[in-house]
Amino acid sequence: MTVAAATAELHPPTSTGLNSRKMLFWAFLGSECMFFGSLIATYLVYRGRDQVGPHPHDILNIPFTSVSAFVLLMSSLTMVLALAAVQRGNARGTKIWLAATALLGMTFIAGQCFEFTHFYYDGLKLQGNLFGATFFVLTGFHGTHVTVGVIWLWSLWTMAMKGKLPQARALDVEIAGLYWHFVDVVWVAIFTLVYLIQ
Amino acid sequence: MRHGRAFARRFAALALAAALPLLAGCTRHDYPQSTFQPRSEFASWVAGLNVMLIVWVIVIFALVQTLLLVAIVRFRARPGAPPPKPVHGHTLLEIAWTIAPAIVLALVAIPTVLIIFRTQGPPPRTDVHVKVVGHQWWWEYQYPELGVTTAGELHLPVGKTAVIDIESADVIHSFWFPAMGGKRDAVPNRTNRIWFTPDSLGEYFGQCVEFCGMSHANMRTRLFVETPEQFAAWVANQKLPPVGGTGAPDTTHAVAAAAAGGVATAQAATLPGGAGAPSGLAAKGRQIFAQSACIGCHTIQGVSAGIVGPNLTHFASRTSFAGALYERTDDNIAKWLQNPPERKPGSLMPNLGLTPDQITALVAYLQSLK
Amino acid sequence: MASTTATAVHAPAQAGTGLWSWLTTVDHKRIGALYGVTAFILFLVGGIEATLIRIQLMRPENHFVSPDVYNQLFTMHGTTMIFLAVMPLSASFFNFLVPLMIGARDVAFPRLNAFSYWVFLLGAIFLNLSFVQGGAPNTGWFGYANLTSKAFSPGHGVDFWAVGLQILGIASLAAAFNFIITIINMRAPGMKFLRMPPFVWMTLVTSFLIILAFPVITVALVLLMFDRFTGTNFFVPAAGADPLMWQHLFWLFGHPEVYILILPAMGIISEVLPTFSRKPLFGYPVVVYSGIFIGFLGWGVWSHHMFAVGLGPLADSYFAIATMLIAIPTGVKIFNWLATIWGGQLRFTAAMQFALGFIALFTMGGLSGFMHASPPADLQQTDTYFVVAHIHYVLFGGAIMGIFAGIYYWFPKMTGRLLDERLGTWHFWLQTIGMNLTFFPMHFVGLLGMPRRVYTYPPGMGFDAMNMMSTVGVFIIIASLLFFIVNFLKSVRSGAVAGNDPWGGASLEWAIPSPPPPYNFATIPEVRSLDPLWHPDAREAALRANEHSGPIHMPRNSHWPLVSALGVTLLLAGIVYGWAVGIPGALIMLTGIYSWAFEPAD
Repeated sequence: MTVAAATAELHPPTSTGLNSRKMLFWAFLGSECMFFGSLIATYLVYRGRDQVGPHPHDILNIPFTSVSAFVLLMSSLTMVLALAAVQRGNARGTKIWLAATALLGMTFIAGQCFEFTHFYYDGLKLQGNLFGATFFVLTGFHGTHVTVGVIWLWSLWTMAMKGKLPQARALDVEIAGLYWHFVDVVWVAIFTLVYLIQ
Repeated sequence: MRHGRAFARRFAALALAAALPLLAGCTRHDYPQSTFQPRSEFASWVAGLNVMLIVWVIVIFALVQTLLLVAIVRFRARPGAPPPKPVHGHTLLEIAWTIAPAIVLALVAIPTVLIIFRTQGPPPRTDVHVKVVGHQWWWEYQYPELGVTTAGELHLPVGKTAVIDIESADVIHSFWFPAMGGKRDAVPNRTNRIWFTPDSLGEYFGQCVEFCGMSHANMRTRLFVETPEQFAAWVANQKLPPVGGTGAPDTTHAVAAAAAGGVATAQAATLPGGAGAPSGLAAKGRQIFAQSACIGCHTIQGVSAGIVGPNLTHFASRTSFAGALYERTDDNIAKWLQNPPERKPGSLMPNLGLTPDQITALVAYLQSLK
Repeated sequence: MASTTATAVHAPAQAGTGLWSWLTTVDHKRIGALYGVTAFILFLVGGIEATLIRIQLMRPENHFVSPDVYNQLFTMHGTTMIFLAVMPLSASFFNFLVPLMIGARDVAFPRLNAFSYWVFLLGAIFLNLSFVQGGAPNTGWFGYANLTSKAFSPGHGVDFWAVGLQILGIASLAAAFNFIITIINMRAPGMKFLRMPPFVWMTLVTSFLIILAFPVITVALVLLMFDRFTGTNFFVPAAGADPLMWQHLFWLFGHPEVYILILPAMGIISEVLPTFSRKPLFGYPVVVYSGIFIGFLGWGVWSHHMFAVGLGPLADSYFAIATMLIAIPTGVKIFNWLATIWGGQLRFTAAMQFALGFIALFTMGGLSGFMHASPPADLQQTDTYFVVAHIHYVLFGGAIMGIFAGIYYWFPKMTGRLLDERLGTWHFWLQTIGMNLTFFPMHFVGLLGMPRRVYTYPPGMGFDAMNMMSTVGVFIIIASLLFFIVNFLKSVRSGAVAGNDPWGGASLEWAIPSPPPPYNFATIPEVRSLDPLWHPDAREAALRANEHSGPIHMPRNSHWPLVSALGVTLLLAGIVYGWAVGIPGALIMLTGIYSWAFEPAD
C-alpha cells in the first residue's frame, strides 16, 4: 500500500463520509429531544391541575420574556457568524462573534435569573404548586443547558485568543454551534408552549 | 447423527413434562381465586375471550414446535451428504407468514374491541352502587345511597348489577375478585368504575393485585353474594347503631364465637374472658376503647369518628378482620391487639401496649358489635 | 500471510497484561470481556436473589425472609437482571463483536467505550451498596409513584434506586451513542447496510432504542429525585399530581426497554442458526426489517402495561391493536428462523441447542404475550404470576438462552479455546428443564389467582404444589449454571484450541485469528458479500485481512475514562451521601473530562 493509504489509516475515512464526532453530536441531540420532550409533556399534562395559585396567567411576563427570547435568537445569528469566520480563517471575526454569542447567552441567563427571582417573590415556588414545580424544572434545565453552552463558548473563545482555534479546527466550533442552535430551538418550543399558549 | 435423534427424544420428553402441570391444574377443584370460574357476566365475557385465546395459542404453539421438531429430526447433519442448497428467501412464503398471523390477530382483535366497549360502557342499570377505597392494607366499602360503610368484606345481592367506583386513600392498589371479572386499579386522585352482575350465591375471595408496600400480600378481601332478602337484612343491620357494650348480658358474643367454628370456640374458651366472660366485660371494653388511642383512627357509631382505620361499628357482623387476613375469633383478635405490626407487617395500627385485661375487655366489646 | 513486524503495530501499551493495562484499556475486546465477566457475576447475584425469593414462596406462610427483605429481593432481582445482567451481557457482545463483524479496528470512540464500562461497574456497585446502607430499594423495579414518595418510602432504598438508575443510564447512553456511530461510520469498504450481519443490525436498532428511551426514564427519575430530595410535588396526589404520570413516563421507556433486552438475543441466534445449518439466514432483509419494525412499534404500545389503570375503551383498543401488530414481525422472524434450519444440515453443538431452545421457549413467551395483548383478558392476567411466567419465558427463555447461545458460539473467538461440548449439552438440558419447571407452573398459578410481588400466600388456595415445583426448578437451573461455570473455568485454561474458524462461520470475525490481535485486522478487508466467508470470491477478499500492508495506528490506553467515570459516579452518589462525596466527585469529574478532552486521542 502507498503512503497515502497509510496516512488515511491515521485518520480513516468514515463509511458515510460524515465526521464521526459530528454524527455523535447529532445522535446526542436526538436523545436531548426526548429529554426535553418528556419535560415539556410533563408540563403540559400538569397544566391546569392546580387548585392553588399562582397560575401561569398571574405571573408570566410575556413582554419581558419576549425580549430575552429575542436575545437568545440573536445569539444563534452570531453563532452562525462565528462559525463562518472560523471556517474562512478569520481569527478576529471568530473571537468577536464567539464572545458576542457567549455574552448574548449570558444576557439570557441574567434575564432568567431576574425572572426566577421575581416569580419567587410573587409566590411561585419549586415546592409550591405543580405549575411552580414543572415550570422551574423545565426552564431550569433549559437554563442549565444555556449555561453549559456559555462555558463551552468561553472555552472556545479562550482557545481562539491563544491562537489555538485555526481553520482546521472549525469542526469544534461547528459542534458547539449545533448545540447552541438546539438550545435555541428548545427555547422557542418552551416559549411558545409555556408562555404564549396559556 | 445419533446426537440429533437423542436431542429430539429429549425434546419430546421435555414437552410432556411441561404438560404435566396442565393436567394437574385440571384435576383439582379447590381454587378459590381462579379466573376459570366466572360468576358474573363481566367475568364470563372475559373467560370466553380467554378460552378463545388459549385455543389459538395452543394451535400456534403446536404448529411452531412441530415445525421445529420436524426440522430437528429431518435435517440433522449426515456425514457425506452434499452441502445444503443456499436458499436466501422466498417472497411468497414471507407474504404468507405475514398475512396468516394478521388474520389470526384480526380474529382476536374484533371480539377484544367489542368486549372492551361492552365492559367499559355504561352499566345497563345501577342496582347497587359501591364506593371502594383502597387503604394500606385493607379495602373500605361504602354504599353511599344506603348509608353503609364497612371494611374487608363486600356484600352484593345476586342478579343485581353492582356499579363499583374505585378510589385510593394513599397509594395505588388494584381491586380484584377473579370470579366477578377483571381487576381495576385504585389510583389516588382518580375514580375508576367497573360494573358486573353476580349470578351465583356464595363467598368469593379477592386480593389487592398492585404492589402497594410492605403488606401487599396481606391485603385480602371477601365478597358475599346473597339473595336480595339477605342483602336487605344485612343493610338494615348495618344501618342500626351498634348494639355492643351496653352492659346487657352478652349472649350475642357466645353465639358469634360458636358460629366462627368449633376450633375457634375451643381456643376462645381457653382465654380469660372468652365465651364464658361476665356480662360487664364488653362495657368495660367500650370504656377502654373510648378512652384510648383507638378513637383517633376508628369509627364506632356513637363512640368515635376516626377515618384512618376500618369502621368498626358492626365489626362482629363480619367473618374476618385486618384486611380479611384473619378469621374473627377471640384468639385472633386478642393476638392482633397485642401487637398489630407483628400480625400484619407494616400495619399502620401501632402496638398500643395494652394489658391482657384490657385486651380481654376489648375483644369482648368488639365481638359484641353485631 | 504477510510479514508481521513489531514496528508495524503502533500500540505499545496494548501489550501489557497487568492490572493497570486493564484499568486503562480502550480495546473493545478487553472492554467486552470486562462487561461479560462483570455482568455474569451480577447475573449470579440476581440469581441468588431469585433463589431466596423462591425459597420464601416454596410453601404457604413461610417465614424464610421478612416481608421487607422479600420486597427488597424482588425489586433488586428485577433491577439487577434488567440493568446489570441482560443489558451489559448484550453490551459485552456489542463490544466484542461489532468491530470484528463490520471490519473495524475498534469502536468509533474507544475512550468513551471504556468510560461506559467503568460507569456501569461503579453504578452497579453503588446500587448494591444499598443492601448494607440501610436497606435496598423495595418498591419494585418499576417503582410506581406514589409508593416511592417520601411519605410511603421514608428509607434510603428508593434514593439508591433512583440515583443508581441515573448512573447506569449514563453508561447505557454513552455505549449506545458509540455503537450507532461505529456501525454507521466504521464499516469496512463494501460493507453496505444490507450486507451487515443481522447481529450488527440488531445492535444498531437496540442502540437507537436506548438513546431515545433512556432520556424518558431520566426525566421520570429526575422528577422523582426532586420530589424526594427537594420536596416538590410531581407525584404527590394531595397537590393535584397524577401518579399515572410516572407510569406513562416509565413505560414509554419501559416498553422499548423490553426490546432493548430481546433484540440482541434475536441478533445472536440469527448468526448461530445459519452457521450450524450450513445455510444462509432465510429472508435476511425481512428479518432485518422486522427488527426495525419491532423497534418502531415498540414506541406505540407502552400503555398495554397499564390496561388496569382505567384509560378508557378507546385508548385500550388502540393499545391492544398496536400491541397485536408487534406479533406480526415477531412471528415473521420465528418463521424465517424455522425456514433457515429447514433443509439445512444441523449440527447440534451447545450453541445450536441454545439457539433452538430460544425458538421453542421464546415462542411460548410470545404467545402468552399475545394473550395479554387483549385488554379484557389482560385484566384477569396482569399483576398475577401469569405475567411472571410470560416475562421469564421472554427474558430467560429468550434473552438468556440467546446470550448463552452467543457465549458458546463466540467463546472460541474471544479466548482461542473451545468450550466443552459435553458439559455444554448438560448445561442446556438442565437449564431448559429447570427453566420450564420453574416458570411453566406460574402460568397456572397466575390464572388461578395468585398475585405477583406477594411475600407469602395462604394455604388452601391451590397454589402450594405449583409453587413447590417452581422452587425445585430453580435448583435445577442452579445446577445447570454450575456446569457452565466449571466448563468456562476449565476451557479458558485448557480447552481445545479453536483456530480461526472452528464452526465454519460466514461473517468477518471468523476470518481472523482467535483471539484476534489487538488491531483485529492487519488490513481492513473488503467485503463483497453478505456471507463473506461462504463465497469463494468474497472469502479470498476477506482473508486478505490477515496480511500486513502498512503501519497500524491504534489508540493509546488512557486512565481518564476511569477517572471521569469515578467522578460522575461520586457526583451522583453525593445526592444520597451528601456534599462530602458530591464535591470531590465533581472535582474528579471535571479533572477527568478536561484531561480527557485535551489528551491526544492517538
